[in-house]
Amino acid sequence: MDYALQQLLNALAFGAEYSLVALGLAVVFSIMGLVNFAHGEIIGVSAYSVFLAAALGLTSPIVAVLLAIAAAALAAIAFERVAFRPVRYAPTTTGLLTAFGVSIVVQNLFMLLISPKPQSVSILNGLNQMWFFGPFAVSSLQVMELIVSGLTILALVLFLNRSTLGLAIRAASRDFATVRLMGIRANRVIATAFAVSGALAGIAAVFIMARRGSVSPDLGFSLVLKAFVACVIGGFGSLPGAAVGGMLLGFIEVGLLVVLPQEYGGFKDALTYVIIVALLVYRPEGLLGQRVELGDKEI
Amino acid sequence: MLKVENLGVRYGAVAAVRDLSLSVGQGELVALLGPNGAGKSSTINALTGLVAPSAGRIVLDGQDISRVRTEDRIRAGLTSTPEGRRIFANLTVGENLRLGAATRRDPKGVRQDMERFLALFPVLSERYAQAAGTLSGGEQQMLAIARSLMSRPKLLLLDEPSLGLAPKIVVRIFDFIGQLKAEGLTLLVVEQNARQALRFADRVYVMSSGVLRFDGPPSGLADEHGLLNLYIGG
Repeated sequence: MDYALQQLLNALAFGAEYSLVALGLAVVFSIMGLVNFAHGEIIGVSAYSVFLAAALGLTSPIVAVLLAIAAAALAAIAFERVAFRPVRYAPTTTGLLTAFGVSIVVQNLFMLLISPKPQSVSILNGLNQMWFFGPFAVSSLQVMELIVSGLTILALVLFLNRSTLGLAIRAASRDFATVRLMGIRANRVIATAFAVSGALAGIAAVFIMARRGSVSPDLGFSLVLKAFVACVIGGFGSLPGAAVGGMLLGFIEVGLLVVLPQEYGGFKDALTYVIIVALLVYRPEGLLGQRVELGDKEI
Repeated sequence: MLKVENLGVRYGAVAAVRDLSLSVGQGELVALLGPNGAGKSSTINALTGLVAPSAGRIVLDGQDISRVRTEDRIRAGLTSTPEGRRIFANLTVGENLRLGAATRRDPKGVRQDMERFLALFPVLSERYAQAAGTLSGGEQQMLAIARSLMSRPKLLLLDEPSLGLAPKIVVRIFDFIGQLKAEGLTLLVVEQNARQALRFADRVYVMSSGVLRFDGPPSGLADEHGLLNLYIGG
Protein backbone atom coordinates (compact mmCIF):
# COMPACT_ATOMS: atom_id res chain seq x y z
CA MET A 1 0.00 0.00 0.00
CA ASP A 2 2.73 2.37 1.02
CA TYR A 3 4.67 1.41 -2.10
CA ALA A 4 1.69 1.86 -4.42
CA LEU A 5 0.92 5.24 -2.93
CA GLN A 6 4.53 6.31 -3.28
CA GLN A 7 4.61 5.26 -6.94
CA LEU A 8 1.33 7.04 -7.59
CA LEU A 9 2.77 10.22 -6.13
CA ASN A 10 5.90 9.71 -8.22
CA ALA A 11 3.86 9.43 -11.40
CA LEU A 12 1.75 12.46 -10.52
CA ALA A 13 4.79 14.58 -9.70
CA PHE A 14 6.68 13.60 -12.86
CA GLY A 15 3.55 14.07 -14.89
CA ALA A 16 2.92 17.50 -13.38
CA GLU A 17 6.41 18.65 -14.29
CA TYR A 18 6.12 17.36 -17.86
CA SER A 19 2.72 19.06 -18.12
CA LEU A 20 4.12 22.43 -17.05
CA VAL A 21 6.91 22.34 -19.58
CA ALA A 22 4.68 20.89 -22.30
CA LEU A 23 2.12 23.65 -21.73
CA GLY A 24 4.89 26.19 -22.20
CA LEU A 25 5.74 24.66 -25.57
CA ALA A 26 2.08 24.39 -26.56
CA VAL A 27 1.16 28.01 -25.74
CA VAL A 28 3.83 29.28 -28.12
CA PHE A 29 3.24 26.61 -30.76
CA SER A 30 -0.50 27.14 -30.81
CA ILE A 31 -0.27 30.74 -31.95
CA MET A 32 3.03 30.85 -33.83
CA GLY A 33 3.53 27.36 -35.17
CA LEU A 34 6.95 27.52 -33.52
CA VAL A 35 8.38 24.47 -31.79
CA ASN A 36 10.53 26.31 -29.30
CA PHE A 37 13.38 23.94 -28.57
CA ALA A 38 15.07 26.83 -26.75
CA HIS A 39 12.43 26.40 -24.05
CA GLY A 40 14.95 24.35 -22.08
CA GLU A 41 17.37 27.26 -22.10
CA ILE A 42 14.62 29.46 -20.64
CA ILE A 43 14.65 26.99 -17.76
CA GLY A 44 18.45 27.31 -17.83
CA VAL A 45 18.44 31.12 -17.65
CA SER A 46 15.99 30.88 -14.77
CA ALA A 47 18.17 28.41 -12.88
CA TYR A 48 21.42 30.28 -13.49
CA SER A 49 19.79 33.53 -12.35
CA VAL A 50 19.03 31.89 -9.02
CA PHE A 51 22.54 30.42 -8.92
CA LEU A 52 24.10 33.86 -9.50
CA ALA A 53 21.80 35.58 -7.02
CA ALA A 54 22.67 32.97 -4.40
CA ALA A 55 26.38 33.43 -5.14
CA LEU A 56 25.88 37.17 -4.62
CA GLY A 57 24.36 36.56 -1.21
CA LEU A 58 20.63 35.87 -1.75
CA THR A 59 19.35 33.62 1.02
CA SER A 60 15.55 33.87 0.91
CA PRO A 61 13.99 30.89 -0.89
CA ILE A 62 10.81 32.89 -1.56
CA VAL A 63 12.75 35.62 -3.33
CA ALA A 64 14.62 32.90 -5.22
CA VAL A 65 11.34 31.37 -6.44
CA LEU A 66 10.04 34.77 -7.57
CA LEU A 67 13.36 35.51 -9.23
CA ALA A 68 13.30 32.17 -11.06
CA ILE A 69 9.84 32.85 -12.50
CA ALA A 70 10.56 36.48 -13.39
CA ALA A 71 13.91 35.63 -15.01
CA ALA A 72 12.29 32.89 -17.09
CA ALA A 73 9.47 35.15 -18.27
CA LEU A 74 11.94 37.89 -19.19
CA ALA A 75 14.22 35.42 -20.95
CA ALA A 76 11.29 34.12 -22.99
CA ILE A 77 10.28 37.65 -23.99
CA ALA A 78 13.89 38.45 -24.87
CA PHE A 79 14.26 35.30 -27.01
CA GLU A 80 11.13 36.28 -28.92
CA ARG A 81 12.22 39.87 -29.41
CA VAL A 82 15.77 39.09 -30.48
CA ALA A 83 15.55 35.74 -32.25
CA PHE A 84 12.01 34.76 -33.20
CA ARG A 85 10.41 38.05 -34.24
CA PRO A 86 12.68 38.50 -37.27
CA VAL A 87 11.69 35.05 -38.57
CA ARG A 88 8.03 35.25 -37.57
CA TYR A 89 6.70 35.06 -41.11
CA ALA A 90 9.37 32.67 -42.36
CA PRO A 91 8.59 28.98 -42.97
CA THR A 92 8.19 26.82 -39.85
CA THR A 93 11.50 25.08 -40.43
CA THR A 94 13.28 28.44 -40.12
CA GLY A 95 11.71 28.96 -36.72
CA LEU A 96 12.67 25.46 -35.65
CA LEU A 97 16.30 25.95 -36.70
CA THR A 98 16.35 29.37 -35.04
CA ALA A 99 15.17 27.75 -31.82
CA PHE A 100 17.95 25.14 -32.03
CA GLY A 101 20.42 27.95 -32.69
CA VAL A 102 19.26 29.90 -29.64
CA SER A 103 19.43 26.74 -27.58
CA ILE A 104 23.05 26.01 -28.59
CA VAL A 105 24.20 29.62 -28.21
CA VAL A 106 22.68 29.99 -24.74
CA GLN A 107 24.00 26.61 -23.53
CA ASN A 108 27.47 27.62 -24.70
CA LEU A 109 27.15 30.96 -22.95
CA PHE A 110 26.48 29.10 -19.71
CA MET A 111 29.61 27.03 -20.31
CA LEU A 112 31.80 29.98 -21.24
CA LEU A 113 30.60 32.48 -18.67
CA ILE A 114 30.00 30.16 -15.74
CA SER A 115 31.26 26.62 -16.12
CA PRO A 116 30.62 23.49 -18.16
CA LYS A 117 30.40 21.58 -14.89
CA PRO A 118 27.31 21.40 -12.68
CA GLN A 119 27.27 24.11 -10.02
CA SER A 120 25.75 23.51 -6.65
CA VAL A 121 22.67 25.56 -5.67
CA SER A 122 21.38 24.89 -2.20
CA ILE A 123 19.04 27.82 -1.69
CA LEU A 124 15.93 25.81 -2.66
CA ASN A 125 16.91 22.57 -0.93
CA GLY A 126 14.52 23.37 1.90
CA LEU A 127 11.63 22.58 -0.42
CA ASN A 128 12.76 18.97 -0.57
CA GLN A 129 11.96 17.30 2.75
CA MET A 130 10.13 14.26 3.98
CA TRP A 131 6.65 14.83 5.26
CA PHE A 132 4.98 12.25 7.47
CA PHE A 133 1.25 11.63 7.23
CA GLY A 134 0.56 8.97 9.84
CA PRO A 135 2.40 5.91 8.57
CA PHE A 136 3.20 7.45 5.17
CA ALA A 137 6.38 9.31 4.34
CA VAL A 138 6.11 11.51 1.28
CA SER A 139 8.45 13.94 -0.42
CA SER A 140 7.34 17.51 0.21
CA LEU A 141 8.71 18.44 -3.19
CA GLN A 142 6.47 15.98 -4.99
CA VAL A 143 3.40 17.14 -3.10
CA MET A 144 4.25 20.75 -3.89
CA GLU A 145 4.92 19.94 -7.53
CA LEU A 146 1.49 18.44 -7.81
CA ILE A 147 -0.32 21.23 -6.00
CA VAL A 148 1.58 24.09 -7.63
CA SER A 149 1.18 22.59 -11.10
CA GLY A 150 -2.52 22.15 -10.51
CA LEU A 151 -2.92 25.74 -9.35
CA THR A 152 -0.78 27.02 -12.22
CA ILE A 153 -2.89 25.19 -14.78
CA LEU A 154 -6.01 26.55 -13.12
CA ALA A 155 -4.60 30.07 -13.31
CA LEU A 156 -3.71 29.53 -16.96
CA VAL A 157 -7.22 28.32 -17.75
CA LEU A 158 -8.71 31.37 -16.02
CA PHE A 159 -6.34 33.69 -17.85
CA LEU A 160 -7.14 32.15 -21.24
CA ASN A 161 -10.89 32.24 -20.62
CA ARG A 162 -11.38 35.52 -18.79
CA SER A 163 -8.85 38.12 -19.87
CA THR A 164 -8.97 39.83 -23.25
CA LEU A 165 -5.35 38.94 -23.96
CA GLY A 166 -6.07 35.33 -23.03
CA LEU A 167 -9.03 35.25 -25.41
CA ALA A 168 -6.82 36.81 -28.05
CA ILE A 169 -4.22 34.06 -27.57
CA ARG A 170 -6.88 31.40 -28.05
CA ALA A 171 -8.29 33.19 -31.07
CA ALA A 172 -4.83 33.72 -32.54
CA SER A 173 -4.19 30.00 -32.36
CA ARG A 174 -6.70 29.65 -35.20
CA ASP A 175 -6.61 32.93 -37.08
CA PHE A 176 -3.99 35.55 -36.28
CA ALA A 177 -4.90 37.96 -39.08
CA THR A 178 -8.45 38.33 -37.81
CA VAL A 179 -7.18 38.97 -34.27
CA ARG A 180 -5.27 41.90 -35.73
CA LEU A 181 -8.50 43.06 -37.37
CA MET A 182 -9.89 43.39 -33.84
CA GLY A 183 -7.21 46.03 -33.24
CA ILE A 184 -5.30 43.73 -30.89
CA ARG A 185 -1.57 44.19 -31.37
CA ALA A 186 0.08 41.05 -32.70
CA ASN A 187 3.32 41.85 -30.88
CA ARG A 188 1.54 42.07 -27.57
CA VAL A 189 -0.29 38.79 -28.05
CA ILE A 190 2.93 37.01 -28.95
CA ALA A 191 4.96 38.64 -26.16
CA THR A 192 2.26 37.62 -23.68
CA ALA A 193 2.28 34.05 -24.94
CA PHE A 194 6.05 33.92 -24.52
CA ALA A 195 5.85 35.46 -21.05
CA VAL A 196 3.28 32.84 -20.00
CA SER A 197 5.41 30.10 -21.53
CA GLY A 198 8.47 31.47 -19.70
CA ALA A 199 6.69 31.70 -16.36
CA LEU A 200 5.69 28.03 -16.68
CA ALA A 201 9.33 27.17 -17.43
CA GLY A 202 10.41 29.19 -14.38
CA ILE A 203 8.14 27.20 -12.10
CA ALA A 204 9.57 24.00 -13.55
CA ALA A 205 13.08 25.37 -12.98
CA VAL A 206 12.35 25.85 -9.27
CA PHE A 207 11.39 22.19 -8.91
CA ILE A 208 14.38 20.96 -10.90
CA MET A 209 16.79 22.97 -8.76
CA ALA A 210 15.12 21.87 -5.54
CA ARG A 211 15.41 18.24 -6.58
CA ARG A 212 18.91 18.26 -8.02
CA GLY A 213 20.50 20.92 -5.84
CA SER A 214 22.62 21.96 -8.81
CA VAL A 215 22.50 23.70 -12.16
CA SER A 216 24.21 22.65 -15.39
CA PRO A 217 24.22 24.05 -18.94
CA ASP A 218 22.01 21.27 -20.34
CA LEU A 219 19.61 21.48 -17.40
CA GLY A 220 16.43 21.94 -19.39
CA PHE A 221 17.23 20.30 -22.69
CA SER A 222 16.29 16.70 -21.99
CA LEU A 223 13.18 17.84 -20.13
CA VAL A 224 12.06 19.80 -23.18
CA LEU A 225 12.49 16.69 -25.34
CA LYS A 226 10.19 14.87 -22.92
CA ALA A 227 7.76 17.77 -22.99
CA PHE A 228 7.85 17.68 -26.76
CA VAL A 229 6.85 14.03 -26.62
CA ALA A 230 4.08 14.94 -24.17
CA CYS A 231 2.80 17.54 -26.63
CA VAL A 232 2.80 14.97 -29.44
CA ILE A 233 0.88 12.49 -27.30
CA GLY A 234 -1.72 15.08 -26.37
CA GLY A 235 -1.97 16.61 -29.80
CA PHE A 236 0.45 19.35 -30.76
CA GLY A 237 -0.92 22.83 -30.20
CA SER A 238 -3.71 21.68 -27.91
CA LEU A 239 -3.26 23.07 -24.40
CA PRO A 240 -5.43 20.48 -22.64
CA GLY A 241 -3.58 17.94 -24.77
CA ALA A 242 -0.21 19.14 -23.45
CA ALA A 243 -1.38 18.85 -19.84
CA VAL A 244 -2.89 15.41 -20.38
CA GLY A 245 0.07 14.24 -22.48
CA GLY A 246 2.52 15.29 -19.78
CA MET A 247 0.57 13.49 -17.08
CA LEU A 248 0.25 10.37 -19.22
CA LEU A 249 3.97 10.35 -19.93
CA GLY A 250 4.67 10.53 -16.20
CA PHE A 251 2.37 7.58 -15.59
CA ILE A 252 3.84 5.52 -18.44
CA GLU A 253 7.39 6.06 -17.21
CA VAL A 254 6.70 5.35 -13.55
CA GLY A 255 4.31 2.53 -14.44
CA LEU A 256 7.00 0.79 -16.47
CA LEU A 257 9.48 1.12 -13.61
CA VAL A 258 6.98 -0.56 -11.33
CA VAL A 259 5.97 -3.30 -13.73
CA LEU A 260 9.36 -4.14 -15.22
CA PRO A 261 11.60 -6.55 -13.34
CA GLN A 262 14.67 -4.77 -12.06
CA GLU A 263 17.06 -6.29 -14.61
CA TYR A 264 14.93 -4.93 -17.47
CA GLY A 265 14.80 -1.41 -16.03
CA GLY A 266 17.12 -0.24 -18.80
CA PHE A 267 14.35 -0.83 -21.32
CA LYS A 268 12.14 1.79 -19.70
CA ASP A 269 12.70 4.51 -22.30
CA ALA A 270 12.50 2.12 -25.22
CA LEU A 271 9.21 0.70 -23.98
CA THR A 272 7.88 4.18 -23.25
CA TYR A 273 8.35 5.08 -26.88
CA VAL A 274 6.86 1.79 -28.07
CA ILE A 275 3.71 2.64 -26.13
CA ILE A 276 3.69 6.16 -27.53
CA VAL A 277 4.15 4.94 -31.10
CA ALA A 278 1.31 2.47 -30.61
CA LEU A 279 -0.83 5.32 -29.31
CA LEU A 280 -0.02 7.47 -32.31
CA VAL A 281 -0.83 4.68 -34.73
CA TYR A 282 -4.23 4.56 -33.11
CA ARG A 283 -4.62 8.35 -32.95
CA PRO A 284 -2.16 10.09 -35.28
CA GLU A 285 -3.40 13.56 -34.29
CA GLY A 286 -2.71 12.91 -30.60
CA LEU A 287 -5.21 12.30 -27.85
CA LEU A 288 -6.85 15.74 -27.86
CA GLY A 289 -5.49 17.08 -31.11
CA GLN A 290 -7.69 17.97 -34.00
CA ARG A 291 -7.21 17.19 -37.61
CA VAL A 292 -6.05 20.40 -39.19
CA GLU A 293 -9.08 22.59 -39.55
CA LEU A 294 -9.43 24.82 -42.52
CA GLY A 295 -11.29 27.39 -40.46
CA ASP A 296 -14.91 28.27 -40.91
CA LYS A 297 -14.76 29.52 -44.46
CA GLU A 298 -16.32 26.37 -45.81
CA ILE A 299 -19.54 25.50 -44.10
CA MET B 1 -13.93 59.98 -44.95
CA LEU B 2 -11.86 57.52 -46.98
CA LYS B 3 -9.81 58.45 -50.00
CA VAL B 4 -7.78 55.94 -51.98
CA GLU B 5 -5.38 57.34 -54.54
CA ASN B 6 -3.71 55.28 -57.26
CA LEU B 7 -3.59 52.15 -55.12
CA GLY B 8 -1.59 49.22 -56.41
CA VAL B 9 -1.31 45.73 -54.92
CA ARG B 10 1.14 43.18 -56.27
CA TYR B 11 1.80 39.57 -55.36
CA GLY B 12 5.26 39.08 -56.81
CA ALA B 13 4.97 39.61 -60.55
CA VAL B 14 1.17 39.56 -60.50
CA ALA B 15 -0.62 42.88 -60.22
CA ALA B 16 -3.87 42.25 -58.36
CA VAL B 17 -4.90 45.91 -58.22
CA ARG B 18 -3.69 48.66 -60.54
CA ASP B 19 -4.04 52.40 -60.16
CA LEU B 20 -7.24 52.26 -58.17
CA SER B 21 -8.72 55.50 -56.88
CA LEU B 22 -11.94 55.68 -54.95
CA SER B 23 -13.54 57.59 -52.13
CA VAL B 24 -16.20 57.03 -49.52
CA GLY B 25 -17.92 60.07 -48.03
CA GLN B 26 -19.28 60.47 -44.52
CA GLY B 27 -22.51 58.49 -44.10
CA GLU B 28 -22.31 56.95 -47.56
CA LEU B 29 -22.79 53.33 -48.48
CA VAL B 30 -20.49 52.61 -51.39
CA ALA B 31 -20.55 49.31 -53.25
CA LEU B 32 -17.46 47.86 -54.88
CA LEU B 33 -18.56 45.22 -57.35
CA GLY B 34 -16.75 42.85 -59.63
CA PRO B 35 -16.33 39.23 -60.56
CA ASN B 36 -14.14 36.70 -58.82
CA GLY B 37 -10.49 37.67 -59.02
CA ALA B 38 -11.19 41.30 -59.81
CA GLY B 39 -8.98 42.49 -56.97
CA LYS B 40 -11.76 43.42 -54.55
CA SER B 41 -10.43 41.48 -51.59
CA SER B 42 -6.89 42.65 -52.31
CA THR B 43 -8.22 46.19 -52.17
CA ILE B 44 -9.86 45.52 -48.80
CA ASN B 45 -6.73 43.86 -47.46
CA ALA B 46 -4.67 46.86 -48.54
CA LEU B 47 -7.17 49.15 -46.81
CA THR B 48 -6.88 47.22 -43.53
CA GLY B 49 -3.13 46.85 -43.94
CA LEU B 50 -3.01 43.07 -43.98
CA VAL B 51 -1.41 43.41 -47.43
CA ALA B 52 1.16 46.10 -48.11
CA PRO B 53 0.22 48.20 -51.15
CA SER B 54 2.87 48.50 -53.86
CA ALA B 55 1.76 51.99 -54.81
CA GLY B 56 -0.63 54.75 -53.89
CA ARG B 57 -2.03 56.41 -50.81
CA ILE B 58 -4.84 55.59 -48.40
CA VAL B 59 -6.21 58.59 -46.55
CA LEU B 60 -8.62 58.24 -43.63
CA ASP B 61 -10.12 61.45 -42.25
CA GLY B 62 -7.34 63.50 -43.87
CA GLN B 63 -4.57 61.32 -42.47
CA ASP B 64 -2.37 59.20 -44.68
CA ILE B 65 -2.60 55.71 -43.16
CA SER B 66 -0.75 53.85 -45.94
CA ARG B 67 2.13 53.03 -43.61
CA VAL B 68 0.09 52.57 -40.45
CA ARG B 69 -0.13 49.06 -38.96
CA THR B 70 -3.38 47.11 -39.19
CA GLU B 71 -3.97 47.28 -35.43
CA ASP B 72 -3.65 51.07 -35.43
CA ARG B 73 -5.96 51.46 -38.43
CA ILE B 74 -8.63 49.60 -36.46
CA ARG B 75 -7.98 51.92 -33.55
CA ALA B 76 -8.35 54.87 -35.93
CA GLY B 77 -11.92 53.75 -36.66
CA LEU B 78 -11.62 51.62 -39.77
CA THR B 79 -12.87 48.07 -39.30
CA SER B 80 -13.44 45.24 -41.69
CA THR B 81 -15.64 42.16 -41.61
CA PRO B 82 -13.44 39.81 -43.59
CA GLU B 83 -14.43 37.57 -46.44
CA GLY B 84 -15.63 34.20 -45.23
CA ARG B 85 -16.63 35.77 -41.89
CA ARG B 86 -13.59 34.42 -40.04
CA ILE B 87 -15.34 34.22 -36.71
CA PHE B 88 -13.25 32.60 -33.96
CA ALA B 89 -14.82 29.16 -34.17
CA ASN B 90 -13.18 27.88 -30.97
CA LEU B 91 -14.42 30.82 -28.89
CA THR B 92 -17.96 31.34 -27.68
CA VAL B 93 -20.30 33.85 -29.26
CA GLY B 94 -19.84 36.13 -26.25
CA GLU B 95 -16.05 35.87 -26.41
CA ASN B 96 -16.13 36.76 -30.10
CA LEU B 97 -18.07 39.91 -29.30
CA ARG B 98 -15.72 40.75 -26.43
CA LEU B 99 -12.70 40.53 -28.70
CA GLY B 100 -14.45 42.84 -31.14
CA ALA B 101 -14.42 45.46 -28.39
CA ALA B 102 -10.81 44.81 -27.41
CA THR B 103 -9.69 48.33 -28.28
CA ARG B 104 -12.32 50.03 -26.15
CA ARG B 105 -11.80 51.34 -22.64
CA ASP B 106 -15.44 52.02 -21.70
CA PRO B 107 -16.78 48.79 -20.14
CA LYS B 108 -20.22 50.33 -19.72
CA GLY B 109 -20.53 51.26 -23.37
CA VAL B 110 -19.23 47.83 -24.37
CA ARG B 111 -21.91 46.16 -22.25
CA GLN B 112 -24.61 48.36 -23.77
CA ASP B 113 -23.48 47.55 -27.30
CA MET B 114 -23.31 43.88 -26.47
CA GLU B 115 -26.88 43.94 -25.15
CA ARG B 116 -28.01 45.84 -28.22
CA PHE B 117 -26.62 43.27 -30.66
CA LEU B 118 -27.90 40.37 -28.60
CA ALA B 119 -31.38 41.92 -28.67
CA LEU B 120 -31.03 42.55 -32.40
CA PHE B 121 -29.95 38.97 -33.11
CA PRO B 122 -31.76 36.73 -30.64
CA VAL B 123 -29.90 33.71 -32.03
CA LEU B 124 -26.62 35.15 -30.75
CA SER B 125 -28.24 35.63 -27.37
CA GLU B 126 -29.46 32.01 -27.28
CA ARG B 127 -26.04 30.72 -28.29
CA TYR B 128 -24.09 33.22 -26.19
CA ALA B 129 -22.03 30.61 -24.32
CA GLN B 130 -21.70 28.17 -27.23
CA ALA B 131 -18.71 27.82 -29.52
CA ALA B 132 -19.23 30.19 -32.43
CA GLY B 133 -18.27 27.39 -34.82
CA THR B 134 -21.62 25.74 -34.10
CA LEU B 135 -23.56 28.64 -35.65
CA SER B 136 -24.97 28.38 -39.16
CA GLY B 137 -23.38 30.39 -41.95
CA GLY B 138 -25.92 33.19 -41.75
CA GLU B 139 -25.64 33.37 -37.97
CA GLN B 140 -21.86 33.46 -38.29
CA GLN B 141 -22.15 36.39 -40.68
CA MET B 142 -24.36 38.26 -38.22
CA LEU B 143 -21.86 37.54 -35.46
CA ALA B 144 -18.98 38.69 -37.67
CA ILE B 145 -20.70 42.00 -38.44
CA ALA B 146 -21.73 42.49 -34.81
CA ARG B 147 -18.16 41.74 -33.75
CA SER B 148 -16.87 44.42 -36.11
CA LEU B 149 -19.43 46.91 -34.82
CA MET B 150 -18.33 46.26 -31.22
CA SER B 151 -15.29 48.45 -31.92
CA ARG B 152 -17.65 51.33 -32.82
CA PRO B 153 -16.02 51.96 -36.19
CA LYS B 154 -16.43 55.14 -38.20
CA LEU B 155 -16.04 53.19 -41.41
CA LEU B 156 -16.97 49.55 -41.86
CA LEU B 157 -15.61 47.50 -44.74
CA LEU B 158 -17.71 44.45 -45.57
CA ASP B 159 -16.01 41.87 -47.75
CA GLU B 160 -18.54 39.64 -49.53
CA PRO B 161 -21.16 39.44 -46.77
CA SER B 162 -23.34 37.22 -49.02
CA LEU B 163 -20.64 34.59 -49.64
CA GLY B 164 -21.99 31.08 -49.36
CA LEU B 165 -25.33 32.07 -47.84
CA ALA B 166 -28.85 31.14 -48.88
CA PRO B 167 -30.67 33.91 -50.83
CA LYS B 168 -33.20 34.46 -48.07
CA ILE B 169 -30.45 35.02 -45.52
CA VAL B 170 -28.56 37.30 -47.89
CA VAL B 171 -31.64 39.52 -48.05
CA ARG B 172 -31.75 39.67 -44.25
CA ILE B 173 -28.06 40.52 -44.01
CA PHE B 174 -28.50 43.36 -46.48
CA ASP B 175 -31.61 44.58 -44.65
CA PHE B 176 -29.35 44.92 -41.64
CA ILE B 177 -26.66 46.68 -43.68
CA GLY B 178 -29.31 49.13 -44.86
CA GLN B 179 -30.31 49.69 -41.26
CA LEU B 180 -26.70 50.44 -40.32
CA LYS B 181 -26.56 53.00 -43.09
CA ALA B 182 -29.78 54.58 -41.85
CA GLU B 183 -28.14 54.89 -38.43
CA GLY B 184 -25.39 56.94 -40.00
CA LEU B 185 -22.56 54.43 -40.36
CA THR B 186 -20.25 54.82 -43.33
CA LEU B 187 -19.86 51.59 -45.29
CA LEU B 188 -17.84 50.18 -48.15
CA VAL B 189 -19.38 46.89 -49.29
CA VAL B 190 -17.51 44.56 -51.59
CA GLU B 191 -19.80 42.14 -53.37
CA GLN B 192 -20.34 39.80 -56.25
CA ASN B 193 -24.07 39.84 -55.60
CA ALA B 194 -24.79 43.13 -57.39
CA ARG B 195 -28.56 43.12 -56.94
CA GLN B 196 -28.36 43.05 -53.15
CA ALA B 197 -25.42 45.43 -52.93
CA LEU B 198 -27.22 48.01 -55.05
CA ARG B 199 -30.33 48.09 -52.85
CA PHE B 200 -28.89 50.67 -50.49
CA ALA B 201 -25.79 51.90 -52.33
CA ASP B 202 -25.29 55.63 -52.86
CA ARG B 203 -22.50 55.09 -55.35
CA VAL B 204 -20.98 52.13 -57.14
CA TYR B 205 -17.56 51.18 -58.30
CA VAL B 206 -17.06 48.24 -60.61
CA MET B 207 -13.69 46.63 -61.05
CA SER B 208 -12.38 43.71 -63.02
CA SER B 209 -8.87 42.37 -63.55
CA GLY B 210 -7.58 44.79 -60.94
CA VAL B 211 -8.77 47.91 -62.76
CA LEU B 212 -11.69 50.24 -62.07
CA ARG B 213 -14.24 50.05 -64.92
CA PHE B 214 -17.13 52.14 -63.63
CA ASP B 215 -17.70 54.86 -61.11
CA GLY B 216 -21.09 56.44 -60.61
CA PRO B 217 -24.60 56.18 -59.20
CA PRO B 218 -26.38 52.81 -59.24
CA SER B 219 -28.76 54.12 -61.88
CA GLY B 220 -25.82 54.83 -64.17
CA LEU B 221 -24.78 51.21 -63.92
CA ALA B 222 -28.09 50.09 -65.37
CA ASP B 223 -27.78 52.57 -68.23
CA GLU B 224 -24.42 51.39 -69.43
CA HIS B 225 -25.81 48.66 -71.61
CA GLY B 226 -24.60 45.26 -70.73
CA LEU B 227 -21.99 46.52 -68.28
CA LEU B 228 -23.61 44.74 -65.42
CA ASN B 229 -23.71 41.50 -67.34
CA LEU B 230 -20.24 41.97 -68.67
CA TYR B 231 -18.48 42.42 -65.36
CA ILE B 232 -20.75 40.94 -62.81
CA GLY B 233 -22.70 38.37 -64.69
CA GLY B 234 -26.14 39.38 -63.52
